[in-house]
Amino acid sequence: MSEHNYQPKSKFGKWFNDRLPLLTLANHLTDYPTPKNLNYWWTFGGILTFCLITQIITGLVLAMHYIAHADLAFSSVEHIMRDVNYGWLIRYIHANGASMFFLAVYIHIFRSLFYGSYKSPREIIWILGIMIYLLMMAAAFMGYVLPWGQMSFWGATVITNLFSAIPLVGESITTWLWGGYSVDNPTLTRFFTLHYLIPFLILGLVVLHIWALHVPGNNNPIGIDIKKPSKDTVSFHPYIVVKDLFALLLFLILFAFFVFYSPNVLGHADNYIEANPLVTPAHIVPEWYLLPFYAILRSIPDKLMGVIAMLSAILILAALPWLDTSKIRSAVFRPLYKQFYWILVLDVLILGYVGAMPAEGLYLLIARIGTAYYFAHFLIILPILGKVEKTLPLPMSISEPILGGSLNAEPARSKENSQKL
Amino acid sequence: MLKFVKYFSLIFFLISSNLVSSAENTEKLLTTDWTFKGPFGKFDRASLQRGYQVYQEVCASCHSLKYMSYRNLSEEGGPEFSVQEAKAIAANFEILDGPNPEGEMFTRPARLSDKFAMPYANEEEAKLANGGAYPPDMSVLVKARKGGADYVYSVLLGYEDPPVGMKLDDGVHYNKYMYGNKIKMPAPLSEGLVEYADGTSATEQQMAKDVVSFLMWTAEPHLEQRHKIGFRAIVYLIILSILVYFSMKKIWSRIETEV
Repeated sequence: MSEHNYQPKSKFGKWFNDRLPLLTLANHLTDYPTPKNLNYWWTFGGILTFCLITQIITGLVLAMHYIAHADLAFSSVEHIMRDVNYGWLIRYIHANGASMFFLAVYIHIFRSLFYGSYKSPREIIWILGIMIYLLMMAAAFMGYVLPWGQMSFWGATVITNLFSAIPLVGESITTWLWGGYSVDNPTLTRFFTLHYLIPFLILGLVVLHIWALHVPGNNNPIGIDIKKPSKDTVSFHPYIVVKDLFALLLFLILFAFFVFYSPNVLGHADNYIEANPLVTPAHIVPEWYLLPFYAILRSIPDKLMGVIAMLSAILILAALPWLDTSKIRSAVFRPLYKQFYWILVLDVLILGYVGAMPAEGLYLLIARIGTAYYFAHFLIILPILGKVEKTLPLPMSISEPILGGSLNAEPARSKENSQKL
Repeated sequence: MLKFVKYFSLIFFLISSNLVSSAENTEKLLTTDWTFKGPFGKFDRASLQRGYQVYQEVCASCHSLKYMSYRNLSEEGGPEFSVQEAKAIAANFEILDGPNPEGEMFTRPARLSDKFAMPYANEEEAKLANGGAYPPDMSVLVKARKGGADYVYSVLLGYEDPPVGMKLDDGVHYNKYMYGNKIKMPAPLSEGLVEYADGTSATEQQMAKDVVSFLMWTAEPHLEQRHKIGFRAIVYLIILSILVYFSMKKIWSRIETEV
């Protein structure tokens, strides 16, 4: 790779770089060879980085004005909305930013599912991604508790109560989590602390996620390895940077639409009622991005099994690189997988929909079928599909659309690479 | 098959998002020509001033506005009373202050910096005075109800005789739009209840519209600023996207691949 031979031009640059090779790193990041056929679904990595930084910066400002106390939290949020300069803007960016972050992460995850980006040699990138996703859910859940509205309080009650399903020690764990015998001030203060901590853990994992990405390089829409770097790739800067920037701007238009014109449409009206432990809302509903998992949780009649099913629904993703037995990465060359992929998308949307509905009658039945199908997709369909599916012929390389190629780079090529490294 | 699943997903998603928002509303809510809706929505100052009058003369005897201060009445983007008018309004209310150097609490006329005076000393007193029901604080009421301004407007105008066969306890009223159709608040508005200084005729609809506009403002005091900044931000983003799009085309023209 090019950065191996990189030498700073100035004397000071060379002196500094010999001691801390920051310039080499910068050079690697700008020159990083990226497949030139990446489509717009690949721009969401950059968009997600932007989302994380936006959440951290707006969150820092909010934390300067917010008071993590059960008696003051709600009114401190109103203080931010009314009296802090542009407080309404900062808070609406932060609250809608969470939804935008999840929208982008779902597109990012489903892009990976479609193009097989989780497959060898990118399993670690994928698993780091799942860890980031889990932490995002924890951060979002705790963040939603902080305004101390009705949905905050009752959402926290429902979710923390899940731990009581653990046999023998469940009750003690719940009491320990709450710092008392119900969701109360100690719960709020610890959630605030953790909500402040988690984004920095995510940031650390993001660095690892990108590091792990830069070892094998990006997957691409046709899912075959780079054959001729000079022909198949472009440098990250300026080609990918400008494309990511363009996509980010389009994303920001959508973001701005929510922040300025429908700031509360993704939230729940009940959260503008201050938390009241004596009044339970008619329906306790989590934020939209957690609904499919909420549907899975409620589809199982037994509480413990429901919790296990919900957790498995996420953790099963970590095993995906080994559950999917097909060597072909991109769904473009997997006619059957492509169909099952879209059925899975539909299944998750349906689960999200029934997650918002009361768990009874037809909704419950749909949730059960949806849950069963979700697990069947990963545990039955994918392992079998890889064995029986007749895949389409692969192109020779990214730059040559002639068929008859192979998935991996030719041995000669990899040898050359390893020599260079 | 593939296309079908794709389009079905899309259509399903669009319909479901509509259903989720309307699942609970059995009655279609009433609405009116709100001036604050839409990307250029602004408050009608005269309507907000009348709305404040309705709040003060009708609602304020039971409902607080605890996050509002008298200074807000003269701030930009609201009813925009003059500072003198806002001071005069504040001076009508007695506020508990203290303790003074003798250690005593005392009352004094409210100033611009004070929060709106509370109708009751505490929640228990409020419940006692209202047959056990607590009249909710109205500062963010419009945002705290599904349906928003339309919902509050509908409830104000939704009092009817109960359907045949429905038994109501003493002090409970039938309301077509209220969740569960039962409400402890008696119909608050009646024709000519307030006398508008600007000569607007005080019909029930007019009073409801004015007071709900006022409550929309108390819930979103920066709504006008938000709409204004939002429009500029989006225009800016669109222009920048166009510029970046052409830069991108130019940069990518150096290589054969389409972007």
